[in-house]
Amino acid sequence: MKIKEKSSVTLLILLALTIVGLFLANKFLDSYKIRIITLSGIYITLGLSMNLINGFTGMFSLGHAGFMAIGAYTVGILTMPIPMKEMNFFMQPIAPFLANVEWGFLPALLAAGIIAGLAGFVIGAPVLRLTDDYLAIATLGFAEIIRVVFTNTQSLTNGALGLKGIPNYTNIWWSWGIAFVTIWFMTVLMKGSYGKAFLAIREDEVAARSMGINLFKHKVMSFSFGSFFAGVAGGLLAALLGTIDPNMFRISLTFNILLIVVLGGLGNIVGTAVSALVVTIMMEALRFLDESINLGFIQLKGIPGMRMVVFSVILIAVVLIRREGALRKAKRV
Amino acid sequence: MLNIENLTMKFGGVTACSNFSAKIKKGQIVGLIGPNGAGKTTIFNVITGVYKPVEGQITFNPKDHKQHLLVGLRPDQIAKLGVCRTFQNVRLFSELSVLENVFIGNHLRIRSNVFSAVFRLPSYGAEEKAMYEKSCYLLEKVGLQDAKDEKACSLPYGMQRRLEIARALATDPRLLLLDEPAAGMNPQETGELTRFIRAIKEEFDLTIFLIEHHMDVIMEISERIYVLDHGILIAHGNPGEIQRNERVVEAYLGVE
Amino acid sequence: MGDLSIFLQHLANGVSLGSLYALIAIGYTMVYGILRLINFAHGDIFMLGVYITFYGILYTPLPWWLVFLIAPAITGCIGILLEITAYKPLRESPRITILISAIGASFLLQNLGIVIFGGRPRAFPVPKLLNQVVRLGGVSINIVAFIIPIITVLLLMGLNYFINKTKTGMAMRALAKDYDTASLMGIDINRIISITFFLGSLLAAVGGIMWGVRYPQLMPLMGTMPGLKSFIAAVIGGIGNITGAVTGGFILGLGEIMLVALLPRLTGYRDAFAFVLLIIILLVKPSGIMGDKITEKV
Repeated sequence: MKIKEKSSVTLLILLALTIVGLFLANKFLDSYKIRIITLSGIYITLGLSMNLINGFTGMFSLGHAGFMAIGAYTVGILTMPIPMKEMNFFMQPIAPFLANVEWGFLPALLAAGIIAGLAGFVIGAPVLRLTDDYLAIATLGFAEIIRVVFTNTQSLTNGALGLKGIPNYTNIWWSWGIAFVTIWFMTVLMKGSYGKAFLAIREDEVAARSMGINLFKHKVMSFSFGSFFAGVAGGLLAALLGTIDPNMFRISLTFNILLIVVLGGLGNIVGTAVSALVVTIMMEALRFLDESINLGFIQLKGIPGMRMVVFSVILIAVVLIRREGALRKAKRV
Repeated sequence: MLNIENLTMKFGGVTACSNFSAKIKKGQIVGLIGPNGAGKTTIFNVITGVYKPVEGQITFNPKDHKQHLLVGLRPDQIAKLGVCRTFQNVRLFSELSVLENVFIGNHLRIRSNVFSAVFRLPSYGAEEKAMYEKSCYLLEKVGLQDAKDEKACSLPYGMQRRLEIARALATDPRLLLLDEPAAGMNPQETGELTRFIRAIKEEFDLTIFLIEHHMDVIMEISERIYVLDHGILIAHGNPGEIQRNERVVEAYLGVE
Repeated sequence: MGDLSIFLQHLANGVSLGSLYALIAIGYTMVYGILRLINFAHGDIFMLGVYITFYGILYTPLPWWLVFLIAPAITGCIGILLEITAYKPLRESPRITILISAIGASFLLQNLGIVIFGGRPRAFPVPKLLNQVVRLGGVSINIVAFIIPIITVLLLMGLNYFINKTKTGMAMRALAKDYDTASLMGIDINRIISITFFLGSLLAAVGGIMWGVRYPQLMPLMGTMPGLKSFIAAVIGGIGNITGAVTGGFILGLGEIMLVALLPRLTGYRDAFAFVLLIIILLVKPSGIMGDKITEKV
C-alpha cells in the first residue's frame, strides 16, 4: 500500500530503458523484427487483461479470443477507408450506418475497447455466477458464439471472407504505448481498494462477501476491464495485420495468452509482461521448427506443428513443476 | 438490536436447527453454546446470509428506529448494514499481507468509484489514506502492528484469530459475531481475550454475539446465554441460571 | 409423403449424430464424476482413435473389423497414459491448475497430430460393407445411420452392466459419490481412475471410428468441435451422470440436425447452437437435466 520509493524508481528506470530499447530497435532492426516487437507489445496487453480476470480475481475465463474479435472488427470497420469498404463487401453491401464511416485510429481503438468491455459486461452478468470450470466452458462458448455470429453477419463483418486492407496504423509506439498504459492501469488498480477487493475474491469468496464485498459487482467489473483491454489489443492486432477473418479468433489464440499468463505467473504484472515478450519472440524464433531450412548442402525438413508441440509441452511442464505455486503464489507489484 | 424468530434450517433431510428464537439487545454480549454439531455455526451462517433459512425471520435494527429484515439479503448487504463475523475455522485472505486483510475490510464503505480509484482523484486519495490509517490503528489494537507486512497465512494460529477480528472491525459493524474466538487458547490467553472483547465492545460501541466452547470465557463475559442442542434451543438466561439448568448439564454430560 | 420421408431422414441423421455425441460425452462425464475435471483433451483422444484406425487399415495386413476392435483398446491405453502424465501429479492441486494442464494436453495432442499425421485432410477408408445406401419407402439412408445407434445401445448396455454389476464398477460409483470416503475404504484409486480413462477413451475411439465412417474426412483438429459439443451434451444431461450424458447427446444431435432442417436460414449458426443451449442450461439449471442439486458447503 505504501508506495515504496525504491521500487517506483526502479520501475521508472526500467521504463526509460525499455523506451530507449524500443527506439533503438525501431531504428536499427529490420521490419520483420520490428513487427515481432510490436506484436509482443500487443501480447503484453492481452496477457495483462487475462491476468486481471484469471490471476487477480481468480475466475477462469477462456473467452479472450471473442473479445479480441470484437475489438479487431470494430477497428477494422471503423478505420477502413470508404472505397476499401466497397471493395471488401462485394458479396453483400455493408450496413448503411457503417458505409460512410472513417474514424481515426485512437477513437476507433477506444470504441473497440468500449464495445468489447460492454460485451464483457453483458456476457459477464449471467455467466459470472458460475464457478471454475463451468465459467471456463461458458466463456469459451461465448467466444465461439461471437466467432460464429461474425462468420454469418455478412453485412456487418463481411462474414467468412474477413476484412482486407485495414490501414496499418499499429506501429511499435502504438502497441507499446498501449502496453504501458495497461501496465500502469493494472498496477494502480491493484494497489487501490478495488484491486484488493478482487484479490480478496480470489483468496476466499465466502470471507470476501462476509466482509461486505459484492462478489457479482466486482467480478463483472474485473471481467469488463479485462474485456476492454482485450478489445483494444484486438484492435491493435487488426491494424497491425491489415487482414482479419473470423477463423483467426479460435480458442488457440486464447491458448497463447493463457500460456503467457501461466508462464508469467498468475497475478504477477511484471512477470506477465516479460513472459509476453519472451513467448512472442520464441513463437517467431521457433518458426524454423515448422519450416524447412536450406543450409546449402543439406535441406533440413521442418515439421509443421512442431512449434506448438514445444509450447504445449512447456505449458504442461510449467504447470506440473509449479503445481500449486503457479496459481496460489501471488506476487504483487 | 437483533431479533431472531422461529428460525428453522434444513440441509436435505437433516434439520440443523429448528424453531430457534433469540433476542439480542443493543450493547449486550450474548453467548451461544452447545455441544459439537448443535447447529451454532449454522445460526451464524443464517444471520449473515450465507444460508437461507427454511423458515423464520431475522430483524436487525442498528439504530432504534430503522428495522431491516435480514432473511433474503446477500451476505455483503448484511455486512453493509453492520453485521460482521469471524469464522470458526479462520478464513483469512491467506496469500495477502496482514495489512491488506484489514484494508479489504474497509472496502465496503468506500464512496469513490473505481475510476476515481484508478485515476487517483484527490477524493479517493483522502479516502484511501483514511482507510490505511484506520487499518493500522486496528492492527495496533489487536497487537499485530509489527506483523503488518507479513503474509496472513504465515502468522501463528492465535494471531490469525486476532487478525480476523481486526478485519471484521474494519467493516464498522454494529453487531459482531464471533465464532469460537478462544479456540486453541490456553487459560492465560483466554483471560486476555475476555478483556480484549470487553475493550473493543466499549471502544467501538458494539453488540457482540459469540459462540464459544471455553465455559469460563462464556460465563464471565456474557450477559445472556442461549444453549443449543441438536438444533433445538434448550435453555436461555443469565450465566447463573444456565449453570444451574439441569437440561444444560444433561446435554453436556450426555445423561439420558 | 415426401415431407414425411425427409423428416424421417433427418430423424435418422439426428439420432446417429446424437449417438456419437453420447459415446464421447460418456468419457467426459465419467472423468468429471470422479475427478471433477473437464478433460479438455478428450476430443483429441477421439481424434487419435480415428487416426489409429486409419493407419491400422491402410498400413497393417489386418482385416478392417479387427482393426475396428483393436484401435479402441489402443486409444484406451493412450487415455491411461494421458491421465498418468498430465493429471495424476496434480490431483491435490487447485482445480484451475489441472484445468490448465488439460488444455495444454489438448493442444499437445492436436499438434502432435499435425506433426505425425500431417496437417492435410485424409480420407477415411470406409469398408465397402458399411458404405451402402438402403432405401426404405421413399427414404434413402446410409446404412451406417442405422448401425451407429445400434452399436451405441449395445455399448451402453455393456457399460451399464459393468458399472452396476461388477466390483470395479461399484468402486467407480463409490469414488464418484464420495472421493474421500471411498479412498479411505481401501479402494485402489489409481486403478479405478485408470480404468475410467481407459473406458472413456475406448468409447470415444468407437465413436471416432463411426464418425470416420459417417463423415470420412480426417484432420488433426477434427476432435475439437465434437469434443466441445459432447462435453456440452454431458453438461446438459447433468455432468457426472451417464444416463444424462446419453440424453444430452441425443438432445444435442437431434437439435442440431433439426435446426438446420427446419430453419435452413440458420444453417450458418449450427456450431453456435450447442453453445447457446449450454449457456441457457447453465443459467437455468446448472446441474443439468438429470444432475443432483449441488449445495455449497461453508
